[in-house]
Amino acid sequence: MVAYIVQRLLLMVLTLFGVSVAIFVLLRIVPGNIADILFDSAGLIDPADKAKIISDLGLDRSIPVQYAQWINGLFHGDLGYSYVSEKPVLDEILPRIPITARLAGLALFFSVMFGVPLGVISAVRQNTWLDYGLRVISLSGLSLPAFWLGLLILMAFVRWFGTIPIYDRVPESFLQELALFAIPAAAVGFRSSALIMRLTRSSMLEVLRQDYVRTARSKGMSEGSVTFDHALRNALLPVITTIGIETAILFGGLIVTETVFNIPGVARFLVEAIRWRDYPMVQNLVMFIAIVVVTVNLLVDLTYMLVDPRIRYSE
Amino acid sequence: MSITLAKPPIAAPTWRAELAHLAVRYPLGVAGACILLVFVFAAIFAGTIAPLDPFSTNPAARLAPPGDAHLFGADAMGRDLLSRMIHGARISLAVALGATILGSGFGAAIGLASGYIGGWFDLIVQRLTEIMQALPLLVMALVITVSLGPSLTNTIVAIAIPLIPGVARVIRSNVLSLRELPFVEAARAVGMGEFRVAVAHVLPNTLAPLIVLATAQLGSTILTEASLSFLGLGVPEPYPSWGRMLSESAAEYVRTAPWLVIFPGAAISLLVFGTNLLGDAMRDVLDPRQRD
Repeated sequence: MVAYIVQRLLLMVLTLFGVSVAIFVLLRIVPGNIADILFDSAGLIDPADKAKIISDLGLDRSIPVQYAQWINGLFHGDLGYSYVSEKPVLDEILPRIPITARLAGLALFFSVMFGVPLGVISAVRQNTWLDYGLRVISLSGLSLPAFWLGLLILMAFVRWFGTIPIYDRVPESFLQELALFAIPAAAVGFRSSALIMRLTRSSMLEVLRQDYVRTARSKGMSEGSVTFDHALRNALLPVITTIGIETAILFGGLIVTETVFNIPGVARFLVEAIRWRDYPMVQNLVMFIAIVVVTVNLLVDLTYMLVDPRIRYSE
Repeated sequence: MSITLAKPPIAAPTWRAELAHLAVRYPLGVAGACILLVFVFAAIFAGTIAPLDPFSTNPAARLAPPGDAHLFGADAMGRDLLSRMIHGARISLAVALGATILGSGFGAAIGLASGYIGGWFDLIVQRLTEIMQALPLLVMALVITVSLGPSLTNTIVAIAIPLIPGVARVIRSNVLSLRELPFVEAARAVGMGEFRVAVAHVLPNTLAPLIVLATAQLGSTILTEASLSFLGLGVPEPYPSWGRMLSESAAEYVRTAPWLVIFPGAAISLLVFGTNLLGDAMRDVLDPRQRD
């Protein structure tokens, strides 16, 4: 077990190193940098000014030197300065992390709370109208773009209630926060809940055909006990994997949802930083996302052992 | 005494009979294929069936609601929304098909080589795919789009690259089991070269999972293109992209001209819904182990 975790941690470091190199190189082959954008948009025309900006930002150094400086800074907690706001990158990113984390957490909570029970119902009532209805809903969930669903919800609220809670200041209470995040979380979580519902259904159907479920029924156990005590526990393993994978995919939905609902989280900030060629911001944000994704993947694998005692990675 | 064998009473089914049987068995798959065909038809004959020029502006028709003159209404520049949506089908399908074929093709080639060659090559490829999978599809596509610059081809490439690791992994795991099977051993035993064995004998046997995976990915490529365009980083002007139509109308006209939000989004959803229905049916037909 310990050997497995150590091995996985080493692989994590290797993966993150690869991501850091890939992102750094990709951003440096972009045609045009922040100085070009300033010159194009603000109309600065003095080449000496441009050269000074490039020199001040260290963009005239070679890519390996810039990379070494970035990694060295990372290990010392110095992520550099934003090209746009000129504030330390860490000061810009840190306040945004809890906002995105809360939104993602709530979206994942909605997904599991709706996805798992509805998937179970769909499996238990296989080939009934309820099953067909739930399957169409889940397939629709996979087909609707998160940003369109967000826009539809916005339109509906404005039409029927005249307004919608908008993030214009930091929420002061839990209820205020819930009111602000519930709608965007539902918009972004609909897709995940659809996927979890489909997977729970197929996983449950697979388990319900097993001999031990038949045995449980033949012993006279109630259908509820068979479904929840025997079948669901065993059907949850692939569902946990999906929840893990969904955490990464959810981030894609968060990018557009935060943009639609004007939520000042990490995801929307990434798009703004990309538009401005704010390299320090983009590369650190992408590294942050990669760290979250690989950590979640590791946690998911370790959770397997808790849910399914048959799995022991060290053996 | 001689025994005469009677002719088998049932002839082998023709491809039409097989198709009809599949259509009866998988009606939702047929529905998905029909939806997809409608969009493909619209994309191919966009120039003929679009009622108006999608690029011509008309100040008099600015934000015109759906009606006789403009069936789906007009945008802020007075351009006919239906015509723009019909032409937009070209963009969505071109990006979706292009990215899926490119990503699946490269993914299959890498997966085949990785699984068949094995050893250090396999180890390096596995680490590289892990690196690529450490980022969500949209984040990676965003960074690659910005890196390559805005164009239709670059959008296709930006969406195709993140698809490669997933395909490579599935094909690799298939190849790992296939390469040990007797027919592969037999091909080697008769003196076939390794490259020929891999391409002529192993690769065709990975086509079923590849088709299932590629069909399932069509929907996600359409959504990714729409999201990139919605964020203003996808297919640039003058191409009428559904995602950008939504992005242009979202902020300003969500109250005053809701048709600008409803119709392009419905088109994206319907097309993805169709590909998902077809993808499910293809999975059931080609990979029955995964059937519900």
